[in-house]
Amino acid sequence: MRRATSFVVCLLFLAMFAVAVMAQQPPQPPEGFVPAASVQGQEQLPAAPLVITAYSVVWLLVFGYLWSIWRRIARTEHDLAEVTRRIAGAQRR
Amino acid sequence: MRKLFLPLLIMTAAMFAYAPVAIQNAPYESTMGLVQKIFYFHVPSWFAMFSATAVCGMAGAVYLFTGRKDADRIAVSAAELAVVFGLMGLLTGPLWGRKAWGVWWQWDARLTSALVMWLVFVAYLLLRKYGGAGSEKLSAVLALFGMANVPFVYLSVNLWRTVHPKTSVVMTLEPDMGRPFLLSTLAFLALFVLVLAARVRLENTRAALDDVYLSLED
Repeated sequence: MRRATSFVVCLLFLAMFAVAVMAQQPPQPPEGFVPAASVQGQEQLPAAPLVITAYSVVWLLVFGYLWSIWRRIARTEHDLAEVTRRIAGAQRR
Repeated sequence: MRKLFLPLLIMTAAMFAYAPVAIQNAPYESTMGLVQKIFYFHVPSWFAMFSATAVCGMAGAVYLFTGRKDADRIAVSAAELAVVFGLMGLLTGPLWGRKAWGVWWQWDARLTSALVMWLVFVAYLLLRKYGGAGSEKLSAVLALFGMANVPFVYLSVNLWRTVHPKTSVVMTLEPDMGRPFLLSTLAFLALFVLVLAARVRLENTRAALDDVYLSLED
């Protein structure tokens, strides 16, 4: 009977020790992006200007590059048409 | 491609028109908040850049082994797109990092390797512009080198300790975040295909003009 009591006491002591150790473990951060239930209140560095700048940069680059391609194609096709026309004119003469 | 160009253009325009609405409706990320929404254009721009490097590298390899001029024209067009889409990623990343990490830039494995890969394609374009005769073959080798960098850049966040989010964030996205991300990715890839087609047309016209001038000299 005494043996059984001491065994149970030891078991309880170990369980308490294990609970104390587990309680001291830092919480593991989530692996991926976790959606927030609600928007956080006060932010030290405002995010909106950074987000607006990022999207503006992308749009400017897209439209700027498309305009540059369109201009280069138009100029090259104009040159090609001009040279072809001159050659055709010279051959006729 | 000419038949597909207009439907693809309309589809891409529709996707880009709806993307801001989808991104606006996506939930805020719990730790980063609003600034995490840069992710929806930042990562797809890198995907488009990786696609451009793959096209450039493969077209370069075809040119090296077969000498086909059309492959070289595709390679030079894709290299320019790699620089443009890479620039988008390199500019939007620091804007995100400034808020998320507190700094504009970190010389860690991901950021440094991405910058080096982008510089390889800048070097490609400079070589094509100022390299003179024979620069086509040298630049094709450079394109292969640039393409070989892609897996290292992509996996660098898993291989080394960096401040950059790991590749697993894309696969573990919540559906509400995953849908706008998928839409943005498809929009960027469609834009890449469209702009590549336009850029190849420019190279073909330049080649035709060069042929005319060469025939005049003969």
